[in-house]
Amino acid sequence: MDTPLLRLAGLDKRFGERAVFSGVDLDVKRGDRIAIIGASGSGKSTLLRCINFLEHPDAGRVILNGEPVGAERQRAGATGIRYDEGSLNRLRQRVGMVFQQFNLFPHMTALGNVMEGLVTVKRMARDDAARLGLAELARVGLADKAEAYPAHLSGGQKQRVAIARALAMEPEILLFDEPTSALDPALVGEVLDAIQTLAAEGRTMILVTHEIGFAYHMATRVLFLAEGGIYEQGTPDEVLKAPRRPLTQAFIAGHRRFSF
Amino acid sequence: MTYRWDFTPLLDNWQALAMGAVGTLRLFAVCLVLGLGFGLVVALARRSRWRAARWFSIGFIEFFRNTPVLVQILWFYFALPMLVPVEITPFTAAILGISLNSAAYSAEIYRAGIQSIEPGQWEAARAIGMSGLQTLRRIVLPQALRRVLPALTNRGIEIFKMTTLASVVAYIELLHQGRLIASLNFNPLEVYSVIGALFFLFLYPLVRATYALERRLARSD
Ligand SMILES: Nc1ncnc2c1ncn2[C@@H]1O[C@H](COP(=O)(O)OP(=O)(O)OP(=O)(O)O)[C@@H](O)[C@H]1O
Ligand SMILES: [Mg+2]
Repeated sequence: MDTPLLRLAGLDKRFGERAVFSGVDLDVKRGDRIAIIGASGSGKSTLLRCINFLEHPDAGRVILNGEPVGAERQRAGATGIRYDEGSLNRLRQRVGMVFQQFNLFPHMTALGNVMEGLVTVKRMARDDAARLGLAELARVGLADKAEAYPAHLSGGQKQRVAIARALAMEPEILLFDEPTSALDPALVGEVLDAIQTLAAEGRTMILVTHEIGFAYHMATRVLFLAEGGIYEQGTPDEVLKAPRRPLTQAFIAGHRRFSF
Repeated sequence: MTYRWDFTPLLDNWQALAMGAVGTLRLFAVCLVLGLGFGLVVALARRSRWRAARWFSIGFIEFFRNTPVLVQILWFYFALPMLVPVEITPFTAAILGISLNSAAYSAEIYRAGIQSIEPGQWEAARAIGMSGLQTLRRIVLPQALRRVLPALTNRGIEIFKMTTLASVVAYIELLHQGRLIASLNFNPLEVYSVIGALFFLFLYPLVRATYALERRLARSD
């Protein structure tokens, strides 16, 4: 019972010469809701994308349910890790992701978007996939938009379809990368509500966000990224209300400047 | 001087013209399928993870884009049989020349279309566990093909018109038959006017059909 659902062990990532982070360790237990905050360019997206291998970490392991992803192998004296496509595809079914820019498939209806993974990846029959897809759309309040194409949906509706698309795969963890940053302020609420509902269901999630207030209410733990790693972490009260280290304090102060 | 138009020799030879039309359409259909089909293969080879495939693709495109189709048809008809013991009919030579050239051009069209798809589309598909091939087939190609449909239509029109080049190896198509009729009846004005009109009559409805297809595909906008 003590194996974490997800463990990051000594994760390094660099782009060319530039190290984004190094030696990141993180344990995520079932039901954890982790908010990742930090300045622009601190590596929040990159860290999230290393979890489902949209970026490949340069060192360290991603361990899901006690099983390390990828196989170690010796090459030219050094130990490398080989990630075969099949195992990454299986990992990605268990780790859902919601993007800042929604990334809906524009040539498919809302329902088509949600069904796609069920039909193509899970090889589900189309009727079953449609039934399940409709249920997922209903969960985010969009059952009546099933036949609408993304171009005819508002930003908030698009993002909720994207959430339904991720949920349809029944992932064990959900990753959100600034899910409301591309939205009109008036549409942020409906997406946060949808995420809040998932939180109330006890789902495990990791959320990169600039919505500090939302992070405070939703997260069980907050990570602040800076200086190439997790600079400070703790409960929302610890990190957001009483940060102990200077960069965190400056970041939080900056966000509170205009609160009222 | 007033010229007296006389279409009777053409009407008398309608069977020859019909044979030519069948030859043109047959060559067009084969070259359209092979040219646009093989072009997609070449475009995908260009993105392959195997270097040999990428090199093949680049070499193929550059070679066939930068040599005249007419020379290629003549080469396949007269020169190739001297190198390898194969029998090349005019039909085969024309298919090879026109299809390979069209494949080279359409490969570049497909490549531009695939490249124009935002990386976020690949990422969203991969993030739900789709393989690279599934992503290509279900997500990227349908969108890319839609975007390049006008350019592919132009390619199709070019292919149709290039079929006339096959007359150089005495393949029986419209122009070949027209030249025959004109030389026997000394009526080039009527013959070449009618041949030109026939090409228009065949092509225009096809082009209209692709417009209709474009509109149908645009229903998701
Ligand atoms: N594909 C890439 N190639 C090169 N450098 C990259 C790439 N992706 C990210 N970076 C760099 O890595 C660093 C971390 O980027 P990342 O997108 O993870 O930051 P972030 O914390 O998500 O920022 P933001 O709040 O602006 O989204 C940045 O300096 C960025 O320029
Ligand atoms: Mg980011």
